[in-house]
This record gives sequence, structure tokens and C-alpha cells, in this order.
Amino acid sequence: MVTGKGGVGKTTVAAALALALTAGGERVLLVEVEGRQGLAQLFELEPLPYAERRLGEVDADLRLLAVDAEEALLEYLELFYKMGRAGRALRKLGAIDFATTVAPGLRDILLTGKVKEATTRKDDNGNRMYRAVVLDAPPTGRIGRFLNVTAEAARLAKLGPIKSQSEGVAALLRSPMTSVHLVTLLEEMPVQETTDALQELAALGIPAGKIIINGSRPPLLSGHPKVTQAALKRGLADAGLPADQATIAGLRAEANAHLARTALEEQLRTELSHLGRPIVELPLLPDGVDLDGVQRLANILGS
Amino acid sequence: MMLRMDALLADPEVKIIVCCGSGGVGKTTTAAALGLRAAEVHGRRTVVLTIDPARRLAQSLGLTELDNTPRQVKDTQLHAMMLDMKRTFDEVVLTHTAPERAKEIFSNPFYQAMSSTFSGTQEYMAMEKLSQLRSADSWDLIVVDTPPSRSALDFLDAPARLGRFLDGRMLRILLGPARAGSRSVFNLVSASFGAFSKVVQKILGAQLLTDLSGFVSALDSMFGGFRDRAEETYRILQDPQTAFVLVAAPEPDAIREAAYFAERLNAEQMPLAGLVLNRMHETAVPELDAATSAAAASAIRASHPLAAEVLEVHSLLMRQIVRESGMAAHFTDQFPGVPVAKVPAQATDVHDLSGLRIIGAALADAVG
Ligand SMILES: Nc1ncnc2c1ncn2[C@@H]1O[C@H](COP(=O)(O)OP(=O)(O)OP(=O)(O)O)[C@@H](O)[C@H]1O
Ligand SMILES: Nc1ncnc2c1ncn2[C@@H]1O[C@H](COP(=O)(O)OP(=O)(O)OP(=O)(O)O)[C@@H](O)[C@H]1O
Ligand SMILES: [Mg+2]
Ligand SMILES: [Mg+2]
Repeated sequence: MVTGKGGVGKTTVAAALALALTAGGERVLLVEVEGRQGLAQLFELEPLPYAERRLGEVDADLRLLAVDAEEALLEYLELFYKMGRAGRALRKLGAIDFATTVAPGLRDILLTGKVKEATTRKDDNGNRMYRAVVLDAPPTGRIGRFLNVTAEAARLAKLGPIKSQSEGVAALLRSPMTSVHLVTLLEEMPVQETTDALQELAALGIPAGKIIINGSRPPLLSGHPKVTQAALKRGLADAGLPADQATIAGLRAEANAHLARTALEEQLRTELSHLGRPIVELPLLPDGVDLDGVQRLANILGS
Repeated sequence: MMLRMDALLADPEVKIIVCCGSGGVGKTTTAAALGLRAAEVHGRRTVVLTIDPARRLAQSLGLTELDNTPRQVKDTQLHAMMLDMKRTFDEVVLTHTAPERAKEIFSNPFYQAMSSTFSGTQEYMAMEKLSQLRSADSWDLIVVDTPPSRSALDFLDAPARLGRFLDGRMLRILLGPARAGSRSVFNLVSASFGAFSKVVQKILGAQLLTDLSGFVSALDSMFGGFRDRAEETYRILQDPQTAFVLVAAPEPDAIREAAYFAERLNAEQMPLAGLVLNRMHETAVPELDAATSAAAASAIRASHPLAAEVLEVHSLLMRQIVRESGMAAHFTDQFPGVPVAKVPAQATDVHDLSGLRIIGAALADAVG
């Protein structure tokens, strides 16, 4: 599972992690559950269907799946109650949407249930279908509730297949097969949410994985806490650049802003290091994320 | 075109400013900065309704308690509050129903789920709080922050969606033929619903339907329809006394969302005052471009390591500035008529009053 505050790079990191896990020719499934087509956007594909499709653009057995709660409920109804056509009729009327919305817990049980099914699925030879299933999970603000399926189920249903299904999911989530990685930026709020989420996971007994610092920048000026005017002036002159007052003042202001930023980042890094989880840093890709960029991040995660 | 923010804040006809945009772009910061400036610079009786502010900002605004009422911010004329969505929902219930009935509703598991987790409840309750503040009539200006949803449009759509669910035909039909009105639906459909109800019962247990039914009938007796309320607040948003300030960061997702939102406001005839491009990087040395700076840095790395790194910092900054202005142009090319305010990225987070004043001045282009 890959979670983190909104916008920190969950989808990007989940994709990179999935790609890294295909190393050695393994088959990996990358799943999204938020109905946002984030994977399609990342890989520049048409919207993904509710089906496991191999990503043709990479030389690896990486499969993508966008789980949809309504589809998952229909699949479920078909499986247990053979409600194929009637189910689709209900969907047209909005009943399926209704059922998965009015009871938010039901939605999460269906989504995590599908992840469990893919994780434990075997092929014809009895081997696990996937080496790993990587979930681009909901953000930290909702992760506890999302993963706490049994509590939600208990609130909704005292008996019946939903209850036993949720118990199966809960057991898997609490087993060593699961690891919840936390993506963060070196900014105040994402770091705070990482701290909160770790506490929440611990309380739920769900294993936390690594802290992944995304968008990390090269440590420029780290050995130079003070940028003096004289040193800067000599350097500019030697480089054949204008060394007038305005240029020097402008560049110094930029350098000082950078130092202030890195001081704050350093403080946040220290805070993160006290959380007791292994930390991995992924660089800020200066020109944004494309397939090559995902591959670069995958190489770092893989090593 | 430049956004004349001070004119907007000073305009007595403008009574509500809604700060919207996609997640994390700076909606809460902008709302707080605008509120503070309206109160301090323009002397308007201003309240800012914040939603999930960062902890340190909340502390600076004195929002240490979630008590759902506006409080004066220390050393300022601004009043601020933080939305407590569950409590607002409870208040709505309490004002419309007898205490024993309210108790029943509060203990219903559907109410609990809906009042705390339903996506859309936060948006709905923000609107609800806005109408409450508006009818209190003690404010010249209400500045509203919007919930941290991934899509800016959620703010417009979620209340109606929640209204539809709570007020919905679907609930009535689902609850079966016992309830009046459902017979009008033609047979095959109601047969499917019958089957569906049975399946729901099998999967989730009969208790669930009982709870659901209790929830619906409780709400039913209570309001003249959630949908009506949602529609009413929607109309407030179309009123000329409301101004939308759209916030975006110069990143692809945020700009795309801002464009969707601007289109939508236009279609709904909701008044868009302008776009705030927040966290824009800037330089005092624009004539030294990224490539020149990087080349110079490598030329003097050995002889002048400090100057070389300063040039590298500048080079990275210039690259970022070029990328960001390209992003901004995506929006401004598409909406040349929408005024824009640019707010520089601060070196550190904005979490105190002096930080908010700096942002406020930048929003009004009144820096220095
Ligand atoms: N290491 C990186 N370097 C540069 N850009 C990055 C990096 N990681 C992510 N991004 C960019 O940041 C933005 C947000 O990333 P992403 O969509 O992966 O975040 P997210 O956490 O999944 O967001 P959401 O909460 O909206 O789902 C995207 O535009 C992405 O391209
Ligand atoms: N111009 C700026 N320069 C530097 N930091 C900023 C700036 N504007 C906002 N921030 C910081 O960015 C973070 C996010 O800002 P803010 O909370 O206002 O965003 P938001 O849009 O309300 O987010 P959410 O969608 O989560 O509610 C905060 O830590 C804030 O201090
Ligand atoms: Mg994502
Ligand atoms: Mg906010």
C-alpha cells in the first residue's frame, strides 16, 4: 500500500514501486481504487477498464487495474447471488451507486476485498498469480478508516458474507504480507500527516513500511551557511558574468531563501528519522514525471 | 489582466468570498490572508470560515478549540472559525427536531457514518455554515475556505449529491412497497428492487435495513428536504454579492482543475473574481538564464565553490520559473478575461499573522 497526503506523489511512487518489483521477470499488479484514472493519466493511456491489463509500454510484466466499487459490488452479487442482469438493471437506476455510497464502509470492503482476491489468487499451477500487488491507496486522511474494514463491517453487518469477507481482508492486512508505505514531501503538513498515519496504523496493528521522501532536492550550499558578498563577487567576475550590486544582491537573496528552505527541510528530515521507519529519498525530477522518470524512481527504489 | 484584490475586498457590495481550488494549492492560506487584509486594511467586519487548517496556522488564528463559532483573532479585528462538520450536522438536526427524536438520530449508525465520513458532508456543512453566518447579519464580509478535496468541482457538486441521497427516491424505493409512492415505478423495476432488498438483507443483515429505514424516516419527518436546502445555498453562490477566488499552484494538475472550475462557474453563472497563482517562484536576476548560469557554475566550481553553488541554485530556480510561467500560460491563454494575482512562494510555510500579511499584500499586489 502506498499512502501519503494528497498530492505528495502516491500515484507516482506506487507506479515506480510496482515497476521495481517486476525485476527478474516477476508479474506485478498495480491497483488504484479512487476512481480517478490516475494510472491512465500517469502512463498516458485511455481510461482503464475494470480489468487487469498489461502495460505495453514497458519491458516488464506490469499489469494495471482500476477497481471500481460499483463494478466490484456487481461482481460480488454475480458471484454469490447470480444477479447478473438484474444487477445491471439496478445499476442503470443508480441503486448500485446508492448502495456503495450510503454505506461508505461497504465501498471500502468491496475495494479492499478485490485487492485481497488479486493478492491471493493462484494460477493453474497453484502458484501465486502476482509476486506483489501495489495499491495506490487513499490519502493519509482516510487511510485508517479505509484499512479498518472490520470495524466498518461490524457497524454495518452483524452476520453474512460481508462480515466474513471483511474478516478475511482484515487478517491479510494485519499479516506480514502487507506493508503500508508513507510518501511525504519535506513540508510541514505532509510530515505531520505521516506522523499521524503511523500512529493510526500502529493502533490498528497494520504493518507500516518505509517512509518515502519524495521530491528531494540536491543539497546545494550545505557546506556554506553564509553567502558573503565578496566571495560571490569574485566568482561572478571570474566566470565572466556581470558582478554589479543588483545582481549580487539578487543572487544572495535567492541563496538565502534556499538556505532557509533547506534548514526547514533538514528539521523535517530529523523529525521523520525519529519515527523509527526506514527512509528512502526520491529526487525531484526537474522536468516532471514521464515514463522514463518513473523508471528512474523505480531504479532507486529497486536498489 | 491583473486582479484588483483591494478593490474587491473594499467593495461593500461583495459580502461573500469563496476560495476554491484543488487540494493543497493554498486555499486556506489565501482565505485567511484575504480575511485579515479585509479586516485590517479595509476595516470591514470580517469572518473567515476555515476548513482543516494546518495545525500551526490554526494556533496562530487562535483556533485551538473546535467550537464551531467565530472568535476574534488576537491582536486583530478579524474573526475566525474552523468548521466542525459533525457538530454542524448535529446542529441542523437539533434545530429541526424534538430532542428525543434527535437522540434517536444521533445513535443511528447511518447517521454516524454519514455525518462523519460521507464524501460530500464536509462540503454540504460548509455551505450550511455559510448560510448560518450570512443570516446572522453581523458581518460585512464572510471569507469561506473550501474542503481539501482533490477536485475543486466537488465543492459545487457534493452538496447537491448529498441532498439527492438524503432526499432520494432511491431510499424510498429501496425501502420497499410498504412506503407510499413506490408503486408508481413500473413492475420489473420494483421487482428488481425487491430482489435487491432481499440481497442487501442477505449480505448485510436485516438490522441494516431497519437502521436505514429508521434513518430515512427520521430525516423525512424533519426537513422540508435536504435537496431544497442545497439548492438554496447554491443560489447564494450565484448571487452578485458572492465572489469566487480560484486558487491554483503552477502545476499541471492544479491548472487543469482550475480550468475545469472556471468553465463550470461560467456555465453556472457564478461570479469568478479571478485566479490566484500561488507559490510562484520569482527572481531578481531574470537576465541570467538557466543554461548560462549552469555553465558558469561548472566553469568556476573548483576555484569558487561557493559562487558556483549560488549559480546552481539560481539555475534550478530559473528552470522552475520557466516551467511555472508555461503552466500559468495554459490557463491565461484559455481564459484571457479572468484577472490574475500572483503570489510568490515563500521560503518557509505560512503559519503566523505576519506571514498572512505578506501573502495578503502580495495578493493585492501591494508589496513593499
Ligand atoms: N519525484 C518527482 N519529481 C517531480 N515531480 C513529481 C515527483 N513525484 C510526483 N511528481 C508530480 O507531482 C504531482 C503529484 O503527483 P501524484 O499524482 O503522484 O501525487 P498523488 O499523491 O497521487 O496525488 P493525489 O493525492 O492527487 O492522488 C504530479 O504532477 C507528478 O507528476
Ligand atoms: N505562497 C506560499 N509560499 C509558501 N508556502 C505556502 C504558500 N501558500 C501556502 N503555503 C503552504 O502550503 C501548505 C498548504 O497550504 P494550504 O493549507 O493553504 O492549502 P489548501 O489548499 O488549503 O490545502 P487543502 O486542500 O489540504 O485544504 C501550507 O503548509 C502553507 O503554509
Ligand atoms: Mg494519486
Ligand atoms: Mg485547506
